[in-house]
Amino acid sequence: MNFELKVWRQPNAKAHGKLVEYEAVDIPADASFLEMLDIVNERLLLRGEEPIAFDSDCREGICGTCSLTINGDAHGPDHPGAVCELYMRKFHDGETIIVEPFRVKSFPVIKDLVVDRGALDRIVQAGGFISARAGSAPEANSVPIPKHDADLSMEAAACIGCGACAAACPNASAMLFTAAKVSHLALLPQGGPERTSRVLKMVRAMDAEGFGNCTNTYECEAVCPAEISASFIAKLNREYARASLRKSVGE
Amino acid sequence: MIGNFEARTPPGPLAAKWTNHKDHSRLVSPNNRRKFDIIMVGSGLAGGSAAATLGELGYRVKCFCYQDSPRRAHSIAAQGGINAAKNYQNDGDSVYRLFYDTIKGGDFRSREANVYRLAEVSTNIIDQCVAQGVPFAREYGGLLANRSFGGAQVSRTFYARGQTGQQLLLGCYQALCRQIAAGTVQMFPQTEMLDVVIVDGHAKGIITRNLISGKIDKYSADAVVLATGGYGNAFYLSTNARGCNVTATYRAYKKGALFANPCFTQIHPTCIPHSGEYQSKLTLMSESLRNDGRVWVPKRKEDCSKPPNEIPEKDRDYYLERKYPSYGNLSPRDISSRAAKEVCDEGRGVGPGGRGVCLDFADAIKRLGKETIRERYGNLFEVYEKITGENAYQAPMRIYPAVHYTMGGLWVDYNLMSNVPGLFVIGEANFSDHGANRLGASALMQGLADGYFILPYTLPNYLAGQMGRRPSTDHAEFKKTDRDVRSKIDNLLKVNGKISLDSIHRQLGALLWDKCGMSRSAKSLQEALAKIPELRQRFWREVRVPGDDEDFNQALERAGRVADFLEFAELMCTDALARDESCGAHFREEHQTPEGEALRDDEKFASVFAWEFQGNPATAGPKLHREPLHFETVHLTQRSYK
Repeated sequence: MNFELKVWRQPNAKAHGKLVEYEAVDIPADASFLEMLDIVNERLLLRGEEPIAFDSDCREGICGTCSLTINGDAHGPDHPGAVCELYMRKFHDGETIIVEPFRVKSFPVIKDLVVDRGALDRIVQAGGFISARAGSAPEANSVPIPKHDADLSMEAAACIGCGACAAACPNASAMLFTAAKVSHLALLPQGGPERTSRVLKMVRAMDAEGFGNCTNTYECEAVCPAEISASFIAKLNREYARASLRKSVGE
Repeated sequence: MIGNFEARTPPGPLAAKWTNHKDHSRLVSPNNRRKFDIIMVGSGLAGGSAAATLGELGYRVKCFCYQDSPRRAHSIAAQGGINAAKNYQNDGDSVYRLFYDTIKGGDFRSREANVYRLAEVSTNIIDQCVAQGVPFAREYGGLLANRSFGGAQVSRTFYARGQTGQQLLLGCYQALCRQIAAGTVQMFPQTEMLDVVIVDGHAKGIITRNLISGKIDKYSADAVVLATGGYGNAFYLSTNARGCNVTATYRAYKKGALFANPCFTQIHPTCIPHSGEYQSKLTLMSESLRNDGRVWVPKRKEDCSKPPNEIPEKDRDYYLERKYPSYGNLSPRDISSRAAKEVCDEGRGVGPGGRGVCLDFADAIKRLGKETIRERYGNLFEVYEKITGENAYQAPMRIYPAVHYTMGGLWVDYNLMSNVPGLFVIGEANFSDHGANRLGASALMQGLADGYFILPYTLPNYLAGQMGRRPSTDHAEFKKTDRDVRSKIDNLLKVNGKISLDSIHRQLGALLWDKCGMSRSAKSLQEALAKIPELRQRFWREVRVPGDDEDFNQALERAGRVADFLEFAELMCTDALARDESCGAHFREEHQTPEGEALRDDEKFASVFAWEFQGNPATAGPKLHREPLHFETVHLTQRSYK
């Protein structure tokens, strides 16, 4: 297959970037999108040009490293899935494909298509955990958890932390990411003791990182490779309201 | 040799060794812990859990990873589950049985005491993970669920859908985040360790490169822990993440740490087959699929080109069920992989190139219904469809073995310390617990055992004698190592040739897969040993590494790793040639039973092969040290799964 690529090139965080055109010719239909970029890079290298910088690691949709916007869609057209799970057979021969980084103010560009998503780590550091010292855990089956709650918690916990939710959101909101972590832990009895402080701290950190707010456009849910439901944002709002109320009455 | 080559297995009965050892290990008091700096390289299950736990104990930890976040370490990709001897199913499991299955699964090439300890702490791991909020699968009554895995006749595997590694890693990532916020752990993402610094015979620091700015930095510490994973990417194509590499462990080896059993590479039986030259990685389909999927190939070569569903039952060869009736489709990985290779070598493979076997769910769907199968494996079926464009609910999956895990690694004693004092190695990066073959769902167990429950007891035993010995980074050794690292980078950039890194790495991978893969022989290994130096010379003469060092330069990162693989590959083949027996995943064609099973030679080879670097591999081969394995409890038997 053959494609016309328009790829965002930006030498570093401070420089101005621009779209540069490349030909991707003789690409096997069974190649993944990232393998297509590998092929283009190998040819650029042999021509003495600098390869396109892009991030990827596991290449099977679980590590959350890859982060491309393709034709305006975070992770490209084949939902649900990360861009590493996108295959060229999903495109038409001869198609023009625009490749950009995730566009979020809180994710500054490092180079070309690579962005810095440290903001997401800092939200988790603010409180996205259960304090459980190694060595002091009780017997695992001592607290039964209804299957429904455990399953729902797992649905939220499946978030791969890629940041596509923020990239797709017109407000650059990281609410789906934050909601997934808050819900995962709030749905489990083990998360109970820190439930109130966790949500307040995480939301505060999210705001401090410069992410916007949710206005229910559901773009996040539409692009999420882990299919995290936007209903968890409603859960986050309830958790936040509950925690604020408890705090305001002095609990 | 630097340091000591002693296993330091504690005395006493097997079941009491770990307790006795802990009782007599030295401690560091709480107010002294903050005086010790610990370097942790790697943030996966082993490194992440160790960094979090040591930070919580009060040590000052610096944790380094090449990924942009510790949450992206490759442990995240583990699918199937984690073993623990909880016996929640009341089906006869026990610590002893998990120990026995693991040591037998490893074909009796690991230490009894280490493996027993692993089985012993397995139960604490599950408690710890549940307390952290890992959403393991549960039954309707609210208790934890289990599934079966290869190489065991009990159901002891805990799981979180097909994303167990992800959930366990997020558990320890969150614990790590808590310590980062508390200030006990300082995190250095996108920072690659390029060398270890040894001062007066002790590991006291590392040299790193910041992958964003290219800046080279020196860090000193009281101890260095490597948790840098396995070296499966030596084969180019493997189920490992693109960034997985041997650099940290190999450079420690070049500094005097012994590398043990490098030829023990696990080839996983259930991966999506290779489809073309452009392919950058292979994708695993969890072994748990073998709980319900049946593996077969056509009985006759002529049928191989037919759609599988059109081949009638009587013309199918369910070869695992036929050859190993008691374990059947759940036979261990090495045996299942070799059996697949064998039927494909006979010309009975399916799919393009004849390198594939069927993994068929038709019976399971008939028995349990499509919904149950979807619930158990839905995400794996989706992955399969994305990659191949085929629907596994309608036709069998095609699978083929692929490089997945490396049992070999840096040699460590019972304390998980290498022969270099102060250099500890945990998780897949060490060699310690899986012998010549790892059982499914045991890698996650080992990573977390090392990080949460073993290193936090054994590291203080070393630190207690090291108060005030941390050198400054102005020490001459730091300066010298820093210079070496810079000159290596300069050399890579200077080659300025005309061929790409990937093309050389692909050739190396194909060579290893062919000559040192699922089966090896003296002849194939000698051929590989003749060709690897040629490839290496070509690399240093003709490779092209663009850009410069003080920049975000992905080609330069990879070039350093490929250069190390090109040297390491030789060590791997040397080890495979020296081990003139078959055991576990190391199948030497010269040594097999009449039925084609691995034939061990316990008299000559019941030992760990630990290799010492002797200088430039072109002029001096590595020196072999043997650690004899003593079996006081188990009786060495021909491994049988029939």
